[in-house]
Amino acid sequence: MSNVNTCASLDTGNDILILHEIRHALRKLLDDGESTIIDLRAIPMAPGEEARIEAMLGQGELSATLNALGKSTINETAFSGAWLITHYNTEDEILGKFIEISKLPSILASQHEDIEVALEQLTHQLLV
Amino acid sequence: MSHDETLKESLTRNGVSRRGFLKFCATAASIMALPPSMVPAIAAALESARRPSVIWLSFQECTGCAESLTRSHSPTVEGLIFDAISLDYQHTLQAAAGDAAEEAREEAMKENWGKYILVVDGSIPLGNPGYSTIAGISNLDMLKETAKGAAAIVAVGTCATFGGIPKANPNPTGAVSVSDIIKDKPIVNVSGCPPIPVVITGVLAHFLTFGTIPELDELGRPKVFYGNNIHDRCYRRPFYERGEFAETFDDEGAKKGWCLFKLGCKGPITYNACATAKWNEGTSFPIESGHGCLGCSEPNFWDMGGFYKALSQPAVDVSQTAAYALGAGAVAGLGIAALNRKKKADVATDHQTVTIHDLRRNDPSKTEAEDS
Repeated sequence: MSNVNTCASLDTGNDILILHEIRHALRKLLDDGESTIIDLRAIPMAPGEEARIEAMLGQGELSATLNALGKSTINETAFSGAWLITHYNTEDEILGKFIEISKLPSILASQHEDIEVALEQLTHQLLV
Repeated sequence: MSHDETLKESLTRNGVSRRGFLKFCATAASIMALPPSMVPAIAAALESARRPSVIWLSFQECTGCAESLTRSHSPTVEGLIFDAISLDYQHTLQAAAGDAAEEAREEAMKENWGKYILVVDGSIPLGNPGYSTIAGISNLDMLKETAKGAAAIVAVGTCATFGGIPKANPNPTGAVSVSDIIKDKPIVNVSGCPPIPVVITGVLAHFLTFGTIPELDELGRPKVFYGNNIHDRCYRRPFYERGEFAETFDDEGAKKGWCLFKLGCKGPITYNACATAKWNEGTSFPIESGHGCLGCSEPNFWDMGGFYKALSQPAVDVSQTAAYALGAGAVAGLGIAALNRKKKADVATDHQTVTIHDLRRNDPSKTEAEDS
C-alpha cells in the first residue's frame, strides 16, 4: 500500500505541458476560430496526475450529460472555451477522455442526420 | 447484419443516433492512436464500410489473447467493432463444434474468398503435426489452407507473431510463427502476452475504416502502437535520468516509485503501448504496479536472460545521449533506437537463467544457506 501512497506524488510534468497546450489552443480559437481536441488517454500519466489536471482545470458554468451508447459528460472547465469530455460505456466504465477547446463541443449540437429522422418522425406522427 | 450492410446502416437500424456514432468514432480514433482531428474522416470512412468476414484460428496457445479481448474494459466499443465484423469462425467462442464448426469455416472462406481477415493466435508446431490438431487437421495445413483466400492476416499474441512461449528453449514442438510459414500475404503482428485489447481492436478498426493494414515496423507490428518503447513513455523515466533506482522490491527506492531498471525491467528494449493505453479500464500497467516490464511483446522474451536480471548497468551517459537526441532530432533518436536494438541482441546471446539467489540478492535478511 505504501507504493500507492507515495506514487501519488509522482509527476511526469505533463500536467503543466497540457495546460500550456490548452493556452495555445485558446489563443488559436480566439484568433482563427479553430477548435482543438486533446486525447488525454494518449499521454503518459503518473498515478493521480490525470486527477490533478482535472482539479487544475476546475469546473465552469456549464455541465451536460449525453446519453448515447452509454453516458458522456461534457463539462466546461473554469477556463471558458476549454471543455472536459468523458465518454462512458453502458457499464459506466470510461472509454475515453478528451479536452476540447471550442466555443461549443461539436457533439453537443443537434446533428443533421438526427434532425432529418426527427422531421420524418414528427411528420408521420401528425399524419396519423 | 448482412455482409452488404454498412456500419452506419447497422447502427441506424439499432437506434444509435448520430451523436452516438460520433462518440464511437472519437473512441475508435483514440483506439487507433489517431489524432482527434481525424474523427470526421473516420466517420466518413466508417459510414460506408462493409462488414468484413473474420476467421479466427487458434493453434498452440493458452486462450489468454482471446480472454484479453473478450474481457477488455470497453465492451461497448469492442462490441460495436465485433458487430461491425462478421466473426464466422472462432472455435472457443462459437456454439458449433466438430464438423459443423469446420463447415462454417469452409463456408465463410468460400463466400468471402480473397476478402476475409484471418486472425491467428498461437504458434504452429513443425516438429510433429500431432502436437496440435483441430478436427484432425494439423495447424500447419489449416493455416496454409485458410491463408490462401485471406485479404490480410492478423497474428495476435507473441506465440503467433514470434513463436512465444511454445518456442522457448528447448522448443519441444518445433514451434514457429505465422510469418515463418506464410510469405505471400500482408501480416500484421500484434504481439504481447497477451496483447493490449485495444491494440487488437485498433487493428481491426483500422482495417474496417481504411480497408488497409496500418503502417508496420521492422517486426511487422503497427507503428501507432509499437512505435515507442515502454521506457521512453514511462512515467518513472525521470528517475532513470536522475540515476534513482529501486534495488529491491521493498526498499525505499521501490516505495518512492523509483525506476525499476536494476530489478530487471525490460522497458528500454520493449516496444508496446502499455504506458499509455494501460490495462484494466486504464487503471495501470505492470511498472505502475511496482513490477518491471517483462518484455512480452518482443521476440524470444522468455529466453532473454531472466525477468529479474538487469539489462546492464546504464552503459552510456543517458542524459548526454538524450541531449544529443534533442540537438540532432530524429537521427539521434534513431541512434538510441539502434542502441536499444543492439542491447536486445546482446541480451539474447547472453542468456542466463534466473535463480532463487538472483531474486534474493541484496536482501541481507536472506542467507546463502537459505538460498541453496
